[in-house]
Amino acid sequence: MDTAYFIETIIKIVVLLLVFSALAGFGTYFERKVLAFMQRRLGPMHVGPYGLLQIAADGIKLFTKEDIVPQNVVGPIFKIAPVITAATAFMAAAAIPFMPSFTIFGYEVHPIISDINVGILYILGVMAIGLYGPLLGGMASANKWSLISAARAASVFISYEVVSGLSLLAPIMMVGSLSLIDFNNYQTGGVGSWMIWSQPVAFILFLIAAFAETGRTPFHLIANDHEIIDGFGTEYSGMRWGLFFIGEYANMFFISFVIALIFLGGFGDGSVGGALALLGKVSFIFFFFLWTRAAWPDVRPDQLMWLCWKVLMPIAVINIVITGIVIMF
Amino acid sequence: MFEAIAFYLFAILTISMFSIAVLTSQALYALTALAAGMIFISAFFFILGADFLGAVQIIVYTGAVLALYAFGMMFFDTTRDVVEKRTSPMLVFGMGGMAALLIVLIFAAPIVSDNITALYPVQEGVGNAQAVGMVLFTKYLVPFEVAAVMLLVAMIGGIILAGKKMDTSLTLLDEDKSPLSVETNEKAAS
Repeated sequence: MDTAYFIETIIKIVVLLLVFSALAGFGTYFERKVLAFMQRRLGPMHVGPYGLLQIAADGIKLFTKEDIVPQNVVGPIFKIAPVITAATAFMAAAAIPFMPSFTIFGYEVHPIISDINVGILYILGVMAIGLYGPLLGGMASANKWSLISAARAASVFISYEVVSGLSLLAPIMMVGSLSLIDFNNYQTGGVGSWMIWSQPVAFILFLIAAFAETGRTPFHLIANDHEIIDGFGTEYSGMRWGLFFIGEYANMFFISFVIALIFLGGFGDGSVGGALALLGKVSFIFFFFLWTRAAWPDVRPDQLMWLCWKVLMPIAVINIVITGIVIMF
Repeated sequence: MFEAIAFYLFAILTISMFSIAVLTSQALYALTALAAGMIFISAFFFILGADFLGAVQIIVYTGAVLALYAFGMMFFDTTRDVVEKRTSPMLVFGMGGMAALLIVLIFAAPIVSDNITALYPVQEGVGNAQAVGMVLFTKYLVPFEVAAVMLLVAMIGGIILAGKKMDTSLTLLDEDKSPLSVETNEKAAS
């Protein structure tokens, strides 16, 4: 393990942290603007041109607000819960190739922190730990709304994990590898070779599971503002509350990268156009998350469990069987 | 050097987490320490180059410990200490020590007599997941299938035990027809 590799990895980790923490801030701005556009409002307009400096204002507010730990909460768990959500989101990103490899000053850079050969399993597993944040925050809060939210986090977890795992099994069988780079190289033959055309069912199932995983609107039941105040976030203030949001938005970006890499061709043959196309795909999926939030109502926890176990899981299993038969003959 | 640092770091973390899980009387501390310890163990698999087992360790134990959280939520007020009823501490201590000794002996016996040999050496040019699959579906096919059948039996048993009246939805029932309100009505009448 030479020094150059060590320094390169450290730099990559720092860049990833900075870029996606900042993007999480911009994500809140995009979300408010897109929702406002769809609801015929203006959204944030007052701070800076088109409200662009609203992010800075929100950041100052979050960082300088008093950090309150209420009475009767379980202190250490209460304090560590937001860190779990934010940290696991960034840990999952270690196995995502964000761009094709490029050469800078004669040194070849691979924009992936660690190309382990079980990339997808690792990403799904570590992203799943992120749900421990809402669960622990809710259970430690000594607040009934938070406890309901923790129970919902547990039910969401046992529902979506099966669907996301089984739906990805069929593409994994076709590619024969668990590394996201191999997935990308499988689809280098232009738009026609994208996985979405050969596995449309798996794509839709994984998209639904991604909504449940990130807790976005059709499945926003963990922190439903209009039923259980803010769920696990009710007792939090200041930067601890902000960490939950950095985790949620970073997760949305990372799962968009995963969907684009697995089903939408990724960065293609690795040219500059391919890299830009990947960014475009990721932006569209991120926009799709916001679009769905504006267009769909929320579902109840029992409806989510019904959907995942009784509808999506059988479809995923049938998809795997059909894929297996097609591959075999 | 990095491997040694990582090993000692995660060894200390794992042992301290499991110590908290055993020694604390707070259900939430115990569960969280258990989950953290289980996830830290996956680091050893990654250090040894067994990426697949490391990822599986993370996936399996996050789900398994989460089910324990659900039980903890139902049975305890997780923000308070659990007061245990200790009838005879010496008996518990003795039995616990004996059980631990027995487990160590069971696991140490084959190592001491050198009965463990690697029958399936690592193949060159084969990925981690493929290697696990090859061993699983050749040498260990029967135990694998038996384990699968056992899980199926457990699942069907669980559905049968929990599935009474599953075809009627409690949410959609009328107020006076729901089993909950029937009980309260009977109590009120008697």
